[in-house]
Amino acid sequence: MSDAVVVEELVKTFGKTKALDGVSFSLPEGTVLGLLGPNGAGKTTTVRVLATLLAPDSGRASVLGLDAVKQAEQVRRVIGLAGQYAAVDEKLTGMENLRLVGRLYHLPKAEVLSRADALLERFELTQAANRVVKTYSGGMRRRLDLAASLVNRPKVLFLDEPTTGLDPRSRLALWEVIEDLVRDGTTLLLTTQYLEEADRLADRIAVVDGGRVIAEGTSDELKDKVGGSVLVARPSSPDDADTVASVLAALKTGEVKRLATGELAVPATGIALVAKAARALTTAGLEVSELGLRRPTLDDVFLTLTGHLAESSDVEDETP
Amino acid sequence: MTALDTVPGGGLRYAVQDTLVLAGRALRHTTRQPELLVFSTVQPVLFVLLFRYVFGGAINTGPISYVNYLMAGIFVQTTAFASTSTGVGLAEDLSKGIVDRLRSLPISRSAVLAGRTLGDLVRMVGVVLIMAVVGVAVGLRPSSTLGLLGAIALTALFGFAFSWISAWIGLMVKDVETANVAGFVWLFPLTFASSAFVPLQSMPGWLQAFAKATPVTPTCDAVRAMLNDGLPLQRPLLISLSWILGVLVVFSYLSVRSYRKVA
Ligand SMILES: Nc1ncnc2c1ncn2[C@@H]1O[C@H](COP(=O)(O)OP(=O)(O)OP(=O)(O)O)[C@@H](O)[C@H]1O
Ligand SMILES: [Mg+2]
Repeated sequence: MSDAVVVEELVKTFGKTKALDGVSFSLPEGTVLGLLGPNGAGKTTTVRVLATLLAPDSGRASVLGLDAVKQAEQVRRVIGLAGQYAAVDEKLTGMENLRLVGRLYHLPKAEVLSRADALLERFELTQAANRVVKTYSGGMRRRLDLAASLVNRPKVLFLDEPTTGLDPRSRLALWEVIEDLVRDGTTLLLTTQYLEEADRLADRIAVVDGGRVIAEGTSDELKDKVGGSVLVARPSSPDDADTVASVLAALKTGEVKRLATGELAVPATGIALVAKAARALTTAGLEVSELGLRRPTLDDVFLTLTGHLAESSDVEDETP
Repeated sequence: MTALDTVPGGGLRYAVQDTLVLAGRALRHTTRQPELLVFSTVQPVLFVLLFRYVFGGAINTGPISYVNYLMAGIFVQTTAFASTSTGVGLAEDLSKGIVDRLRSLPISRSAVLAGRTLGDLVRMVGVVLIMAVVGVAVGLRPSSTLGLLGAIALTALFGFAFSWISAWIGLMVKDVETANVAGFVWLFPLTFASSAFVPLQSMPGWLQAFAKATPVTPTCDAVRAMLNDGLPLQRPLLISLSWILGVLVVFSYLSVRSYRKVA
């Protein structure tokens, strides 16, 4: 399997902001890579370089062996892009939007029409096909934008936070469409802030922070990196956190970690530890609302690696 | 215009085709916003009525009637004002991410700008036609049909050149509201301080000097001479066409350059 996307040491500076500080990764043909990172990590900037919208200060990016800067025209023929914000023409109807894109790809006339129909159907927009996009909901716009990125049957697809702002049902439906595309052989680079999304869709995950890839691997590999199973306890009252922590420390399995979620965690040796912890807490007269063993989640990975919680991109704030 | 960049394997044919497709899109926008067409004609119609009936009697326009004088100025000012929507539209495409979508497609880079200005040219012809009908209704009597057609053609060409200035402004400010204001403010003094509505002789010397130095005065004079046989045509027409050509060359260059930078 050869690499469909290769990114080497990309650097991009906007004024004083170093948006990319040496991003490198590669993506074998037919696989899915999830770029995971907090706000301002450089995900969108990376995608824009690959989609030929932005020239990097240094480093290289290539798609199917074509250089994203020097062979931009050829790259544009083989890629599809759905940016972070739906880029659809509000004054045209959904149908007109897709036909416009089809014509600009120089598809034969009959194919322009059939492709637009098929995509509207696939994204459940047939009913709204002849309404101007101004009247669409946010989720409908997103779906239309995604449809527009597929008009050309791209071999390599870039999706920048494709499900941000969608309700759970639409998100699930979109995941299914994306899984279909991948089954048909599309190579996909996906950025997301939803760890669950990366876990479900991506073969490999690259965690990006401060313009660099700080960890890369399968979801399991990343979880192993953080450590084995942990025993997690959530004090019923936050005031008890210190006393609960000292009870857990007395189990002598390792250091007690306080998670940003309010939970306390210690490395777990086996299921017997849960019973032992329960006894110790009861003896000390402490209430916990949750107690159990847990594989580290991608949340734990994210927290451990980046030192902060994944935030929804709806929240417009700076990287801590 | 600047050289059309060609698409490998597609060539000039695709560049032309892409431009036409995008011109069609710009025109469709116009039909989807009839209020835009109404606003770009209501204001000049008001001006026609105001100047024709309120100021008309007080203005000495020599051998021709004031309506026949005024309409040339109205044509030119109307297209100048109408050209501002080119920049507003581009700023909107930029802020809504449409430009990004278009730039990710394998189309020639100049098609996005050329398509929009071409679509706007067609719209401008429509607006001038409406104003010609309004003019005739209030007493405009062009000397010949050919002259009227020539006047419409020159006005539309003038508006086309100005839509490239507007395109450049839109690409520079990148924001719809700002593009709207920045596109308009300079057009007021430019079009009023000219021979559009009153003969230059009635203005103070310094203002006459300014009015003569802008593209608006020669264009108004040339359009007026086409509507009215007997007025000198050749000199203002040559100056006007030189202006139009100059503006097209300079501002298509500047626009394409800033379009490339707005990544
Ligand atoms: N055009 C620009 N001009 C100036 N700064 C920019 C520009 N684009 C991005 N940046 C900065 O570069 C950094 C990386 O931005 P980028 O959009 O790539 O982050 P991201 O990972 O996509 O974040 P988010 O999750 O919020 O979408 C940020 O600090 C951002 O402010
Ligand atoms: Mg982003």
